[in-house]
Amino acid sequence: MGVEGVGVEGASMTRATSTTQAAPTLVGRMRPPPRAGGGNPIVEARGIHKHFGPLHILKGVDLVVAERELVFVIGPSGSGKSTLLRCLNRLEEPSGGSITVDGIDLLDRRTDVNRVRQRIGMVFQSFNLYPHMTALGNVALALRKVQGKTRAEAEARARAALDRVHLADRADHHPAQLSGGQQQRVAIARAIALEPRVMLFDEPTSALDPELVGGVLQVMRELREDGMTMVVVSHEMAFARAAADRVIFMADGRIVEQGPPAQVFGAPQQERTRAFLGQVERH
Amino acid sequence: MSLDDFLLAFFSLDILREAWPILWQGLRMTLLLSLLVVPLGLVGGVVLALLSTVRHPWVAWPLMAWVDLFRALPPLVLLVFLYAGLPFAGLEVSAVGAVAIGFFLNTGAYYGEVLRAGIESVPRGQMEAARSTGLTRGQAMAFVILPQAVRNVLPDLISNTLEVVKLTSIASVVALPELLFQARQAQSVTYNATPIMAAAVIYFLLLWPVVRLLSRLENRQLVARG
Repeated sequence: MGVEGVGVEGASMTRATSTTQAAPTLVGRMRPPPRAGGGNPIVEARGIHKHFGPLHILKGVDLVVAERELVFVIGPSGSGKSTLLRCLNRLEEPSGGSITVDGIDLLDRRTDVNRVRQRIGMVFQSFNLYPHMTALGNVALALRKVQGKTRAEAEARARAALDRVHLADRADHHPAQLSGGQQQRVAIARAIALEPRVMLFDEPTSALDPELVGGVLQVMRELREDGMTMVVVSHEMAFARAAADRVIFMADGRIVEQGPPAQVFGAPQQERTRAFLGQVERH
Repeated sequence: MSLDDFLLAFFSLDILREAWPILWQGLRMTLLLSLLVVPLGLVGGVVLALLSTVRHPWVAWPLMAWVDLFRALPPLVLLVFLYAGLPFAGLEVSAVGAVAIGFFLNTGAYYGEVLRAGIESVPRGQMEAARSTGLTRGQAMAFVILPQAVRNVLPDLISNTLEVVKLTSIASVVALPELLFQARQAQSVTYNATPIMAAAVIYFLLLWPVVRLLSRLENRQLVARG
């Protein structure tokens, strides 16, 4: 499959979004604006296979994501895109292949997966906030228990992370007291508080009422402007067009086609892609 | 039987006054036993519930056999076996020891099943989210899964605890001076049923608030579930 090395190519397109920088006052906003041209690969997945019993979900997928790159993965349901994403932090154990994240071999027996996972933030379709904790508690838990920070330190960082998703005033609310969109932003704060090198988004807006989607996408846009490396599985095509460096179309456990959004959406090369985009646009 | 005879046999204040020191000792022993066996059972239950999350057949099968055995075995039979049976194998167990082991095995199995149901009621995404932030399986269990599991089955846990406290009365068969045993002693000394009546009233006064609390919790859960 001729998809190797496209990470660098993919990142070389000019950005479609405005890159207005917010004032660099908050943790994590100190990085320079993203460069065109891409950097080192943060994620390098090669020949990923995944079997579930008799089902062959991933059939040899290569995915290289460069630093600061925003990669969008689209495709029909059952194409394996979520499974691919979940392999990247080993929530699913790949049946074959190799995965390196930030230079660490994720599938090596000697690798402490809990340490690597701090560098890989993940956001889920159903938020998965801890309902028995406040927003602040949700964000602070891993800071305290995984990174060993004191309560005061962890809470200060958690507040900064909540501020980045514009929910500083909701720190003491429980998930049940928050809208779906707010819950998802707390989930994003929970992930970015650990200062990950890459963020994985698994259909982050699919469970949201339409009027709440915008707030989540806005936060993702800001993360992207801060230079976060992101892999997004989503059906938000307009967002993909505007913000993605590269769009990957998957079907039947394989990458069918990929390239800059203008190319994949504007002039898809493969019949499968055209059929899928045609179906999506009719909705 | 005249009314006076009836009152004298069951509600004699003189007898009660006479028997009270013995009953008081019994009540204290019942409370002490409860404070011993409820935590023991809970610890056993947590261990069994955690083991139940291990899907390996070498864990799952022995676990199922264990839980089935100690749920099917009458606790009184278990207790008598530990206290009066084991000495024939050269294993002398004190009365308190026999009660502790028996309750650990019996109530542990029950608490274990309740907690297992609680753990299974927590959505899978909770464990995934916790693990994705780098928490170990044990940390995720302790800080994310178990607190929710306990909350989800709190009425069942309280209900089971109620049964356990009542069940401490079987310790009387191994001559532990708990409330029922002491009431029987007082009854045989005074040749009057008042001490037994008093024991019944004490049990009721002790447990009735818990029963009320349980009803309120159950109603609230029904409302919460809509």
